[in-house]
Amino acid sequence: MRDVSLTLETGDCLALFGPNGAGKTTLLRMLAGLLRPSDGSGSVAGVTLPGGAELRAAIGYISHASMLYSALSARENVELSARLFGVRDARDAATRALERMELVDRADMPVRQLSRGMQQRVSIARATVHEPRVVLLDEPFTGLDDSGSAALGAHLARLRATGTTMVLVTHQIAEGLALASHAAIMRAGELVRSEQGAAIDPVEYLTIYREHVTHGA
Amino acid sequence: MALSTLSAALLIARKDLAIEFRTRTAFFSALVFALLGIVIFYFAWDPTAVAPIDLAPGVLWGIFTFSGLLGLQRSFGIEQADRAIDALLGAPIPREAIYLGKAMANLVFVAAVQVIAIPAVELFYGVPLFEHAAPLALLALLSAIGLVAVGTLFSAMAVNTKLAEMLLPVLSLPFFVPIVIPAAQATARLLAGRPESEIVGWLKLLVAFDIVFVAACMLAFPFTIEE
Amino acid sequence: MDWLFAIAVIAIAAALTRVIYYTPFEAIQGPAQKIFYLHLPAALAAFFAFGVVALASIAYLWLGDPRLDRAAESSAEVGVVFTTVVLITGPLWARPVWGTWWTWDARLTLTLFLWFIYVGYLVLRGAIDDPSLRARYSAVLGILGSLLIPFIHLSVYLFRTLHPRPIVIKPSAPSLPPEMLTTLLISFVAFMLFYLALVRQRYRLASERDLLTIEEAR
Repeated sequence: MRDVSLTLETGDCLALFGPNGAGKTTLLRMLAGLLRPSDGSGSVAGVTLPGGAELRAAIGYISHASMLYSALSARENVELSARLFGVRDARDAATRALERMELVDRADMPVRQLSRGMQQRVSIARATVHEPRVVLLDEPFTGLDDSGSAALGAHLARLRATGTTMVLVTHQIAEGLALASHAAIMRAGELVRSEQGAAIDPVEYLTIYREHVTHGA
Repeated sequence: MALSTLSAALLIARKDLAIEFRTRTAFFSALVFALLGIVIFYFAWDPTAVAPIDLAPGVLWGIFTFSGLLGLQRSFGIEQADRAIDALLGAPIPREAIYLGKAMANLVFVAAVQVIAIPAVELFYGVPLFEHAAPLALLALLSAIGLVAVGTLFSAMAVNTKLAEMLLPVLSLPFFVPIVIPAAQATARLLAGRPESEIVGWLKLLVAFDIVFVAACMLAFPFTIEE
Repeated sequence: MDWLFAIAVIAIAAALTRVIYYTPFEAIQGPAQKIFYLHLPAALAAFFAFGVVALASIAYLWLGDPRLDRAAESSAEVGVVFTTVVLITGPLWARPVWGTWWTWDARLTLTLFLWFIYVGYLVLRGAIDDPSLRARYSAVLGILGSLLIPFIHLSVYLFRTLHPRPIVIKPSAPSLPPEMLTTLLISFVAFMLFYLALVRQRYRLASERDLLTIEEAR
């Protein structure tokens, strides 16, 4: 990672684009408290990095791996997360999270019997059951078909509407821009472009993106 | 509301045991392996040359380590599968709680295999183990703690390498030697009706091993999962 | 050729010459006893090498400097070679003198386990490509291995004292006549020089390899 500087306010949503190996996952993992930065400074939700347990308590992290135990049910996975985050009445909180993701009727089957799209929704339920102020999503649209993507987009929009600050890493430019208030492009460990994007045109942006990414060192 | 190390560990241990109970494959594999080993070794010796009572302690504790390894393999395998470990690492719990929780679950697993394997040795080798149930139970517990302390840590490391299943035995077995020697020697002396003083020395060695390695492995664990 | 390596080779040659031509035979054991002058210094070097691995491992986990990891790696590779020398010269000595290739002598057994720990350490290193993960894991194993050594020693010692052996335990070097002691010391110095020279070479190789890895990643 070379030079990444950005600032987000509460309630913002940053869509982060870039080719593979650009460092987007590394950046997200640092913000989530999973990776220790070797240099530089930052703070998330008021906690200076690396934050330890206090930081992790304020964050929900979702990656393209489901991070679920496939032998356990959705309810069990989400409830475990609630308990680990110290949520009071973990059972009820889990039920509410599952209701928000429209999963209640599949809540008690082993997760491996669910489709990929449903597993992603369980992941979101798991990551948001403790009502984090910041949610970090690393390529959540991976492996979803069109209807799955649309459904996920709707759920993320609802999450956005609750005022949660979000950072969304994705290759889907249109879906990303639809949700975002800010957009940025990373390449080779550097942030090469960022802007406020209340009204970024996806087609235009795609051209800009291609320019930056294939431009060469 | 942050969790203490112990509460978080108990949550994780319960979770591991729930998963194992659901699938049961690892438990039955380890159990069948232990029983088969016990039986095969009986036939590997000439009963007129070596009495079963001389053979039993070595077989019991030798097989214990190998079947224990089978169970330990899966300990971090389930975390690797869909990167569930990231969910644990992202939770506001101390890293040591992850180690402790998984070690506790592994301890239950190993103890469950022992509870069946030890009577099986009595049955197949005709040795009066039940007479010495109390000291033997203590030996079994102390050995299991040592095995699990080292095995859980190495399982966490092995799962991140290219040779996972082969690496775990190569790394762990030297560490199991100071467990097997005292356990087997103490068992042999128990069966031979030797005085207590001879057995206490071996027990003390086991206790010392457990204390040192539970502490060392718990301290070392964060280095194996933090980046 | 590297000057330290040259000196070390000369020292070994000098020590060997002294062992073969200028040291008297031991009365009871005869010529075979001379293997002792290789066996004991090699053992000391082997354990010293592991001590270096352990210390470098602790320092690495504390400071994070990759040079410490390279030092540990180099010392481990050289150490395993010396340990193998001990395990080969041991039986070569035992056979003519005691009539058996292997005795479960406490120190030789401990050296055998040192060998297993070294091999485990090197296999672990070979199984990880990511340099920082490899360094961290190796450091953990290096430290745990050094904790294991006293426990193995205790187990084997207790095992032997409660199992009286019919064979007389091999004499160590309690009271060696002066010429033999001198030979031993010369041999010891030669082996330590050789250890240092080999570790230095190996460390250089590791540094070059790491530089190359960084270059390739760019």
